[in-house]
Amino acid sequence: MRKGQNRAISAAFGASAAVLAIILASPVQAQTKAPIKIGVIAEAQAVAGSSIPQAAQLAAEELNAAGGVDGRKVEIVSYDNHSSAAESVRAFQRAANEDHVNAVIASYISEVVLALEPWTGRLKTVMVSPGAASDVITQNIAKDYSHLKYTFHGYLRSTSLAQQVCAAAKELLVDQLKMKSAVVVSEDAAWTTPLDAEYLKCLPTIGLHVLDHIRFSPDTTDFTPIFNKIEAQKPDVMITGISHVGVQPTVQWKQQQVPIPMLGISSQATNSSFWNDTNGATEGVLYQGVSGPDVAVTPKTLPFVAAFKKKFGNFPSYAGYTAYDEVFYIADAIKRAGSTDPDKLVVALEATDYVGTIGRVQFTGKDSPNPHALKVGPDTITGLMLQWQGGKQVNLWPAKVANGKLKFPKFIKVGAADR
Amino acid sequence: MLFWQILIDGFAISSLYALGAMGFALIFGVSGVLNLSHGALMVAAVVAAWAAGNDLHVGPYVGAALGVFVGFAASLITYFLIVRPLQQSRKIREEEREIFILTATLLWGIMIQELIAYLYTNNAKTVAPIVEGVVSLAGVRTPSNEIFTAVVCWLAIGLLWLLVNRTRAGKAVLAASMNPRGVTLLGVELSQVYIVIWAIYGVLAGIAGVLLGMFLGVSSYSVGPLTASAFSIVVLGGLGSVSGALIAAYVVGYLETLTAYLISPAYRTIPALLLLVIVIYVSPRGLLGRR
Repeated sequence: MRKGQNRAISAAFGASAAVLAIILASPVQAQTKAPIKIGVIAEAQAVAGSSIPQAAQLAAEELNAAGGVDGRKVEIVSYDNHSSAAESVRAFQRAANEDHVNAVIASYISEVVLALEPWTGRLKTVMVSPGAASDVITQNIAKDYSHLKYTFHGYLRSTSLAQQVCAAAKELLVDQLKMKSAVVVSEDAAWTTPLDAEYLKCLPTIGLHVLDHIRFSPDTTDFTPIFNKIEAQKPDVMITGISHVGVQPTVQWKQQQVPIPMLGISSQATNSSFWNDTNGATEGVLYQGVSGPDVAVTPKTLPFVAAFKKKFGNFPSYAGYTAYDEVFYIADAIKRAGSTDPDKLVVALEATDYVGTIGRVQFTGKDSPNPHALKVGPDTITGLMLQWQGGKQVNLWPAKVANGKLKFPKFIKVGAADR
Repeated sequence: MLFWQILIDGFAISSLYALGAMGFALIFGVSGVLNLSHGALMVAAVVAAWAAGNDLHVGPYVGAALGVFVGFAASLITYFLIVRPLQQSRKIREEEREIFILTATLLWGIMIQELIAYLYTNNAKTVAPIVEGVVSLAGVRTPSNEIFTAVVCWLAIGLLWLLVNRTRAGKAVLAASMNPRGVTLLGVELSQVYIVIWAIYGVLAGIAGVLLGMFLGVSSYSVGPLTASAFSIVVLGGLGSVSGALIAAYVVGYLETLTAYLISPAYRTIPALLLLVIVIYVSPRGLLGRR
């Protein structure tokens, strides 16, 4: 009897312990298998911005198809910011406080990223921007590293963009076409201040004398007076810095047959839809990019473009490439950190060495004047100079990945300075 | 050279402003409705013409015609769906009716703007030009499309004048703008007059939109500025006065062009707005106002 009682007590204890173990183990198991959440705050109604959540979603699906990150699925939580800094801040707060995301990919607009930057510190949430360019983003990190270290600049700084434009202009315009003079023409925005400063510094060093520097309001609708002013100075080329505008200056340039070529940053021209948006007026426009639809910058570029086109029916914008890469390297950093703890994630992201669709992604160190900026150069990201030709985006520079030759529409008079 | 440049560019842009604002003035003159969805209707016409070219692959003439049709249809939808129910509602007090319609058209315009941005993004769109190339006018290299814009604007303005002054329906519209109650006593159905003016307005807004799309291009962001521009011109010209709107359009167009060329394109709209403030102070009825 006693033996039987003991057995019964033991069995009861055993069963209770097992139940307790299951009860205690369940949340732990669920916690380890909880998805990694990445918030995506983007301009869903803008061509450049709409690729950001799409590319992030594609990356998450590919990661999940390959088993996720240590068995955890990657989940994208999207927020449309309507191109507004205020809406972005609200979305960021919601992402961090209510949706408990582990990291945020945010915006191609510098003003938006600058507005979010302090919140990354306040809410200790990692943020990577796929398309903003202002150098101030990383300069702020240098000034207050301990607070703003959660911000990473996942796209090229304006200064780097200008340097790539200058490098391409030297080979394509100065060496090949013997051009001598330029007018810098940029929209008045946060990202163009450092861009223009670098243009004014680097253009003379490559042999292009800067005749004028024009900054215009992004609200400008009629560019005729601007083109007239530029044409009167007879430059060989217009070096551009445009992103918020694009269609209107391009269409008016063609309609008015302004005989001066445009080369530089023209963010909207990076979108494959730009040909249709401008009814083909973009023929001959030269623009800097980090990738192009037919350019195999890395082995990952073309498969990404094909998968994006198959899923969404169009080609990704420049910010689509970077957003896609960002999901992968954030996931990789979480894996390396072995945790989603923001401070550990920052350390892991700082050690990023990832070959993505735009090149090899590495961030500058915390002692740099621009911490957490993308490293640029032959070993990391070189950038491209593409030209719209017959409805296609043809890469002309650097020569090793070029798939076409410089070609201008008839109304362009190369060497306008000699007229 | 600069003189001719300003003269030519100012004329084209002023003609476009005039066409855009005249329908707006007509609606107010006849029915007392300030249609704050004006810019949205123009942008809808542009996006329709653009989409027809790119999605349906039709030629520029058919694309432009489709754009004008969308302007026309959107105007009638605005009238039947938004304005008329509020005009006829017995739940709204008479003295509050105008503010209700004003608010409703403003919200309707925002809805159209958001729908366009959702479907076609907020990036600017341009309509394929019907005429391409450039011609030299007084030594100024002028896009043929710019001349085409001015010519079509004036043809439309001329046709509107003929319609109002030479046809029975037009005369009813004119009479209704002078004395709505008197017209009713003469046996003219006022609601029929309203349908006619909203139809005319839709065609004018559609043409102005498509031409603007060919000349400068617009985006969903243009909705507010286009409404504000028409509103300023109509207030400057005198609320309800179609001829006042025509004159004011040229004043504003040339003032903007002069500013853009002689000072800076960034300050383009400022002098015209300052003039508007001065006119409101000095003569609140505007240049040729009746109301």
